[in-house]
Amino acid sequence: MGWYEKKDKPAIPSEKELWAVCPKCNSHFPKAEWKAAGAICPKCNYHGRLGARARIAATADKDTFEELFAGISYSDHLSFSDATGPYVKKVEATIAKLGEKEAVVTGFCEIMSHPVALGVMDFAFMGGSLGTGTGEKIARLCEEAVRARRPLVLFSASGGARMHEGILSLMQMAKTSAAIARLKEAGLPYISVLTDPTTGGVSASYAMLGDINISEPRALIGFAGRRVIENTIRQKLPADFQSAEYLEKHGFIDRIVERSDMRRFIAKMLEYWGF
Amino acid sequence: MKKTATAKGRAKTAMDSVKIARDAKRPHVRDFIAGVCSDFEELHGDRLVNDDRAMVAGFGTIGRFKALILGHNKGSSVEENVESNFGMVNPDGYRKAMRLAKLAERFGNPVVTFVDTPGAYPGREAEERGQAEAIAKSLEFFSDLETPVVVVITGEGGSGGALAIAVGDEILMMENAVYSVISPEGCAGILWRDGAKAPEAAEALKITAKDLLALKVVDKVVKEPAGGAHKNPSAAIAAVKKAILDSLERLAKVPAAELVEKRYAKLRAYGNFY
Repeated sequence: MGWYEKKDKPAIPSEKELWAVCPKCNSHFPKAEWKAAGAICPKCNYHGRLGARARIAATADKDTFEELFAGISYSDHLSFSDATGPYVKKVEATIAKLGEKEAVVTGFCEIMSHPVALGVMDFAFMGGSLGTGTGEKIARLCEEAVRARRPLVLFSASGGARMHEGILSLMQMAKTSAAIARLKEAGLPYISVLTDPTTGGVSASYAMLGDINISEPRALIGFAGRRVIENTIRQKLPADFQSAEYLEKHGFIDRIVERSDMRRFIAKMLEYWGF
Repeated sequence: MKKTATAKGRAKTAMDSVKIARDAKRPHVRDFIAGVCSDFEELHGDRLVNDDRAMVAGFGTIGRFKALILGHNKGSSVEENVESNFGMVNPDGYRKAMRLAKLAERFGNPVVTFVDTPGAYPGREAEERGQAEAIAKSLEFFSDLETPVVVVITGEGGSGGALAIAVGDEILMMENAVYSVISPEGCAGILWRDGAKAPEAAEALKITAKDLLALKVVDKVVKEPAGGAHKNPSAAIAAVKKAILDSLERLAKVPAAELVEKRYAKLRAYGNFY
């Protein structure tokens, strides 16, 4: 065996393995420090993305989350295929990797002993895109909330509609908005939490329809993409454009809530409203 | 005749339809209003900040019906194109539409909408004034509006900006209109990493009237003259008028509460494969 065939290479960890980089302020931190901070940047307070399960663990009272509609998954009614291959292949790979069947996890739980219907989107699932399965789960969650007389709390994280499912993905915007309207008519409150990022068709439907809309520090929220806008108006946009803080300033976010304060804040609002 | 159409004058590919739907000579909202309504009084403003000329609104008479008319306006001259922002609506336009639709509900007027937009305007002020919120509110608002709503997709149904005035009881679509979650160019740019692959994206997305009828997103396709509506606008508009009147007659028989229940069931059925 020559030296070049030696199997036990010295373990030199790559840059990526050692360092976490804040996507907002570009500061580098040792991975362990970033993890210990709960994906919150110690320098700029950007609240990083959480997977659906981590978010549920951080939000629901211990052992109270009962999942609903876990069987609902995507639909490939267009047999969609693009330059990189069939949609089915991509989405199945995502399912295998994440262990989730859709971009939203739905169920009932308690938040500081207040019973709620909870939906949590996962950006890691096809960019949190709104497909027919995603829309169906959210609509059913609204209907279950009405049946059980529970307030709705929905954490959004999405790049928008899932174009692989064509026009029916667009229709999920109308479907979910109609279900939210019914929930409100039934006298139930809806707290929408727009987390990083909430854009496109999801911002233009259920995410912006909260009786209160809240967000986390430095989350990206908007309808059109920054580059699209810059190309359209041929101007540079301010650095904080479409940040949670910018939206709060312009009147579209009720409050920016730190992750560590999220449970208390939601519970407090529900208490004010008698839920 | 353009090369895009077949010998019989019918669009062959999805991209043929896209081209016809975008043809500058295609009838626009003011042509439809002039041809469909025997009278029309335009109304302006959202009562908040602006009057968005990309959204035309007003009351008019269609046959025996006194209706509220709403529609995206692309404009038919350069001046009108600019004034109406090529049919790209700002939040103010959607808020004007909702304000007047509320009025229609109060006085029992049905609503007829004409959909023809490349999409909601992607601009700085549009974002600052809540483009996402305005579209979201519009979807919620029209889902339980207690008066009949007839939607006609006449040209480009560009994503959320189109959908904001396309939630209704009967959805009509002209033969060469297109309706899509994203423009073929936009989709090609993202999923093919090449905007020139728009024809492939257009096929894959299923955006033609025929496709959408099969997907049950539209209820009826209105035939166009050979080569497209711009070849014989008066015949095209007359066919649209007839289809609108048929819908209004059907919907006039349904009590308001039942109408809203049926509309919800219709929305709920979109993509319910589960």
